[in-house]
Amino acid sequence: MALARPIGILLAKELRTEFRTRELLISTLVFVLIVLVLFSYTFEPTTAESKRFGPGLLWMALLFAGSLMLHPSFTREQSNETLVALRMAPIDPVSILAAKILANFCFLLAAELVLVPIFAALYNLRIVPVLGRLAAVLVLGTLALCIVGTVFAAISSQARMRELLLPLLLLPLLTPALIASTEATVGLLDDPPALSAVYIGVLAAFDTIFLTVTWLFGEYLLEE
Amino acid sequence: MPADSASNSPGGLGVEFAQFAKRYGARFALRNVSLSIAPGECVALVGPNGSGKTTLLKAAALLIRPTSGSVQFSGASANGAGRDSHDDSTAVKRYIGLVSHSTLLYDNLTAEENLVLFARLYGLDSPDRRALAALEPAGLAARSKDLVRNFSRGMRQRLAIARALLAGPKLLLLDEPSTGLDRAGQHWLGATLSDIAAAGCTVLMSTHGAGEASAFVTRAIRLLAGSIAEDSAVSGDARGMLAAALAAHQEA
Repeated sequence: MALARPIGILLAKELRTEFRTRELLISTLVFVLIVLVLFSYTFEPTTAESKRFGPGLLWMALLFAGSLMLHPSFTREQSNETLVALRMAPIDPVSILAAKILANFCFLLAAELVLVPIFAALYNLRIVPVLGRLAAVLVLGTLALCIVGTVFAAISSQARMRELLLPLLLLPLLTPALIASTEATVGLLDDPPALSAVYIGVLAAFDTIFLTVTWLFGEYLLEE
Repeated sequence: MPADSASNSPGGLGVEFAQFAKRYGARFALRNVSLSIAPGECVALVGPNGSGKTTLLKAAALLIRPTSGSVQFSGASANGAGRDSHDDSTAVKRYIGLVSHSTLLYDNLTAEENLVLFARLYGLDSPDRRALAALEPAGLAARSKDLVRNFSRGMRQRLAIARALLAGPKLLLLDEPSTGLDRAGQHWLGATLSDIAAAGCTVLMSTHGAGEASAFVTRAIRLLAGSIAEDSAVSGDARGMLAAALAAHQEA
């Protein structure tokens, strides 16, 4: 597949530069950790209360952290105009976006790998019995955040007031995915745990629709 | 002629602007520029700041869409208007090298990693070997494992030029390439460009000085407020006159 090779090359570049500097990963981890710890002091983390508020809090924290993390993914290509070099390469421009989406997805998943156990401990939640299903919800929800977030990071990187523009564009559009992710997580932490096919379907449809739109129009998003 | 067949022909890639205009908001950066550059021709672009030199180079690099008009390569349309022309544009891009105002390099990658990355994106054989071979003439082989962020401005510029030449371009676009280079670097640049021009590569270069251009430029174009104000051939027997011609263009 013509897209796979450049995506692989660019994904390796993204991972190499991030693991060399750890700028995005560390700031994301610290931000979400602060939010989770602060809120654990705000209300009594009894099991019943945690089950009600915990999932929404986790997804809101991930959403805000994501909007912080996604913003530099294109702005740091501007310092030496490296995006120009990528656009001049004989590759499909969509592969540049796809590699960014995949890289952001990997970074946010890596952050979740550390944060979810801490979240469960702080809020007194038993996630081990539902780990597999919770992982599926996290993957689909994180992918939704990364697809839309990366696309809007590309758009807002060329605009004035770009720091403000990304959350303004991102938060309303991600509302369906955020509701579906939160409700699916609430169901998993219920007694007995249940994973709603409706919410999983909403997340899968959201991801499919926005991936298709990105593939169709991604080339125009990177132009000056 | 399809882009691929044009590119497979020996020598350089010709470029033709037909009534090319580019507008940013209310301001025209280029106004209906019609210009034909033959394969193998070496052209110096001169003119004051804001005259449209960089925009013309970006247009030739397929980085901007025209407001009106078109740019073609050896007869192949490369407007890049939609997915139908995407394959043509990609085929042409393979043969275009660009040295821009910015270095187009990743500061957090080493010199070698930067070149290997682009060698892979261009689908070159043995990317590691090609990268090291490109670093040698630029005088950076000993610093190949150093991060670019630790390089001086002149070293970054040498690496930027090495990156542009990595895939063996048939059309080389240079935007004030001697920026940041010391005397030895300028000498290396002049010699490198002379070799490339002698090999038949088309060169289009914006410049504020005649140093790097005097040895091989065959034509000088002066832009003024987005239009071509003057287009003159530089005689092969009178290289020394180019400096005066460029200086005159700068003063005008």
